[in-house]
Amino acid sequence: MINNTDAVRVIDSKREDAVLVPTMNAGNVRFGLPTVTSNQVLDLPISGAMGKASNVGLGIALAQPGRKVIVMDGDGSLLMNLGSLVTTSTKQPRNFYHFLFNNGVYAVTGGQPIPGSEGVTNWEEVARGAGYAAVFSFDNLEDFTTGIDEVLAAEGPVFVHLAVEPEIENTPVQFRQRPTRSAQQAYQEVTAALAADN
Amino acid sequence: MTTAIPESILHPASLVNELKKNDVSHVVWLPDSETNFLYHMMMEEPTLDLVPVCREGETMAVAAGLWVGGAKPVVLIQNTGVFEAGDSIRGLCLDLNQPLVMLVGYRGWTRRGPTPDSAGRFIEHILHAWGINYYLVETDEDADRISVAFEECERLSRPVAVLIGTEFGS
Repeated sequence: MINNTDAVRVIDSKREDAVLVPTMNAGNVRFGLPTVTSNQVLDLPISGAMGKASNVGLGIALAQPGRKVIVMDGDGSLLMNLGSLVTTSTKQPRNFYHFLFNNGVYAVTGGQPIPGSEGVTNWEEVARGAGYAAVFSFDNLEDFTTGIDEVLAAEGPVFVHLAVEPEIENTPVQFRQRPTRSAQQAYQEVTAALAADN
Repeated sequence: MTTAIPESILHPASLVNELKKNDVSHVVWLPDSETNFLYHMMMEEPTLDLVPVCREGETMAVAAGLWVGGAKPVVLIQNTGVFEAGDSIRGLCLDLNQPLVMLVGYRGWTRRGPTPDSAGRFIEHILHAWGINYYLVETDEDADRISVAFEECERLSRPVAVLIGTEFGS
């Protein structure tokens, strides 16, 4: 399995001018995108909307067809919004890259297993069946580091399954490290940055 | 004795004209039984890009992304979909101060007699609870309230709802 921070670091290292839309562990301030990002002004963490990061990313991809949009989803999050795979594939955004951080658990609520996590659900087949144009899967850092260029060269919508190590949060919510950048601030900064580039 | 069916008084063209007048780029929507005529007209309108979704909660999130990317979306769903989309409205539209017009089919709305449909009974209470202002459109003459909603949502950077209180006619 791949360490969460390592996976985010690999994606960030190849982002160029892509917008990154992380949620849950991929957006965690201790081991997600905020810890490694190289271009925060184009980072739009999404939380608190029940698995909607991929929908937000789709909207940006449709409005900015010349720019890559990279969504970093969670397995529990995607299960809350499984239809979004079909919503995305219906529009066939060529600039849309959907990374699934599959750790098999609800990490932020204490590590309870998610439905389908015991080898029941095949995420690559789910994405392929939903109509994604290309599907990749990685379960170790070496292969992922080698394969990331091929992933980002593929025409979207692209789905990338990553088997990542669970990093379970057991600290009471009120004592957890908070983001230094609010959701509103991120929303405004990304909007302004994209407007300035147009 | 036959009962005369009243002539439709809200035409799809009135709504599409409002969308064009306000430079709407995308309609993020999930159809309901009342909007089929509107669907055909929107499909034929080259300035509108339709984004169909599988569940209403997706509409606010797709619209948020479109807005971030510089487009100008509206959401078109039924009031039952507003109930379904509750956490997206809270976590995206309201928490992010998203200037979004939500066109909402007012299922169960009637000016006459009781309203047996709970979808009709609850929607205004829900909008009040969230502090979302709304306008009612029932006829072609009401359609310019959609422009009022656009002006308000952009001025206040908040979501504003437009309740479509009648079925569209052809």
